[in-house]
Amino acid sequence: MEPVAVGERGLTYDARGLAEPEAVAPKVAVVQGDSATFDAEGLSTRQINLELRRLLYEEGVLNVTVANPGAKHSLGVGILERCHLRFGGSLGYFGLGLIDGPEVVVEGRVGWSVCENMMSGVVVVEKNAGSLTGAALRGGDLVIRGDVGARTGIDQKGGTILVGGNAGLLTGFMMQRGHQIICGNVGPGLGDSMYDGVIYVGGTVASLGIDCVEDALGAADLEFLARKLSIYGFDQTPASFRKFVCGKKLYNYDSLEPNERKLVL
Amino acid sequence: MCGIAGIIHRDGPGEVGSELTAMLQSMKHRGPDSTGLALYGAPGEALVLRVKLADPNEERDIEWTERLETSLEELERRLSKIGAGMDSVTRATDYAVRATVRYDGELKALVDYLEDIPGCEVLSIGHSLEIVKDLGDAETVGRQYGLAGFRGTHGIGHVRMATESDVDIAGAHPYWAYPFGDVAVVHNGQLTNYHQWRRRLERRGHRFASECDSEIIAVYLADELERGTSLETAMKQSLDDLDGVFTYVVVTSDSLGMAKDEMAAKPLVLFESDSLVALASEEVAIRAVLGREIDTYDPYEREVMVWSL
Repeated sequence: MEPVAVGERGLTYDARGLAEPEAVAPKVAVVQGDSATFDAEGLSTRQINLELRRLLYEEGVLNVTVANPGAKHSLGVGILERCHLRFGGSLGYFGLGLIDGPEVVVEGRVGWSVCENMMSGVVVVEKNAGSLTGAALRGGDLVIRGDVGARTGIDQKGGTILVGGNAGLLTGFMMQRGHQIICGNVGPGLGDSMYDGVIYVGGTVASLGIDCVEDALGAADLEFLARKLSIYGFDQTPASFRKFVCGKKLYNYDSLEPNERKLVL
Repeated sequence: MCGIAGIIHRDGPGEVGSELTAMLQSMKHRGPDSTGLALYGAPGEALVLRVKLADPNEERDIEWTERLETSLEELERRLSKIGAGMDSVTRATDYAVRATVRYDGELKALVDYLEDIPGCEVLSIGHSLEIVKDLGDAETVGRQYGLAGFRGTHGIGHVRMATESDVDIAGAHPYWAYPFGDVAVVHNGQLTNYHQWRRRLERRGHRFASECDSEIIAVYLADELERGTSLETAMKQSLDDLDGVFTYVVVTSDSLGMAKDEMAAKPLVLFESDSLVALASEEVAIRAVLGREIDTYDPYEREVMVWSL
């Protein structure tokens, strides 16, 4: 599929209105059956994403390996196919956002806002992740084997975020649904202003955020933890985790005025 | 938005001029308005001064060149008068002067005397520090000031997207911690108690060269150093005293440090090995120097880290 030409010179434009002269897939991948590999060294973000889309949507490839992603931003966004992707290195900011279905392995680390608005699929990051990991995640599993920064799962609406290491400030901030499993320690303000959802923490908690409370682990929690930890090869025992949920005092839409609510809290 | 970067070679001098230029150029999208670098060369007996005689976006009327020549002559005259023996005076641009001088008097007296020349601002002073800043991206500034050949042990840099003050050299980072030689700061963020601290610091006799909130950090640290506080302690204290969202990087003659505020809202990615520490707002900047897969991490909220040579 040729890129949509806009204007007489056949250029396309990005969101800022700047011309994108590289709006053509570079066609550098080596395709073998339903698998393909290409080297992203020297390619721009746009060229890499166009090559990915060409392989998945035009060539019908199901397994793509991208070598040398070079920590570039916004790689692998908007992939809506059930397929396997492997990035042979680190991604920059906003990687793998808005995806629906792919199973992805990132061999390096990822920057801020990985998997923002992810709908479904599985993403496994072998090293660390920056802040806003899994922001507004809606479904699927996002696994970070290393540490994550601040505000992990901010505005999370579903799915599971599993962190092998530590998590920073305001983990689960304004979380609305879904699960988080943090194997290590978490920073201050855990679950601040969360609406719903469940956060399991294997290590220490620096402090709880507003309206976040500890709850008892039940049989369903233990079964869920055992399943997720086993799938992704983490050896912590489910019973060693603590469970945190919303206290339902901040956002339960009562008829209290803000100053009255302060008194209640 | 702005982008910040820092690098320190712990096992001897490296190509910090070209390295920082490459790091900053890879973050051009974070700030196209101006670029600045604070570089540390081999420390010498002489003091190195980087001075701007005018701002490049000033109105260039018919007397522009003549005024600059007059300012330069006055600069040389005042250096001589205050007893600073000049080793060399060169110009990278019409308005940017680099001077090496022999001077063992008070730095504050020297700088105040020079800045009394209309349009003159001392961008940096020190035995190894040199601050270069100008409008445009890193490659433009690097070419203009011949930074490709600058060898040194460490440095910091900044690409600026002007949000709260004008697009000019005065608003560009890094900021030198007047009147302390060899201390400079770059910052990404906003300080909400800027005016409060500015008034407080001005009452203590400090001067400000810009309206940029970031300058507060340099002057704040200078004030603490003046009172005998160690750099690391001053940085930790700044997390309580400065309000807003910020990540800043500071350099001294032998150290590189970073501090992140309690909201951790401004990014910083860090790579550390025995021989090299490189940090930047984005990993692509570090990769511009280390063209291979590396292990990096983000410092957490309220973290202060300092690395020394």
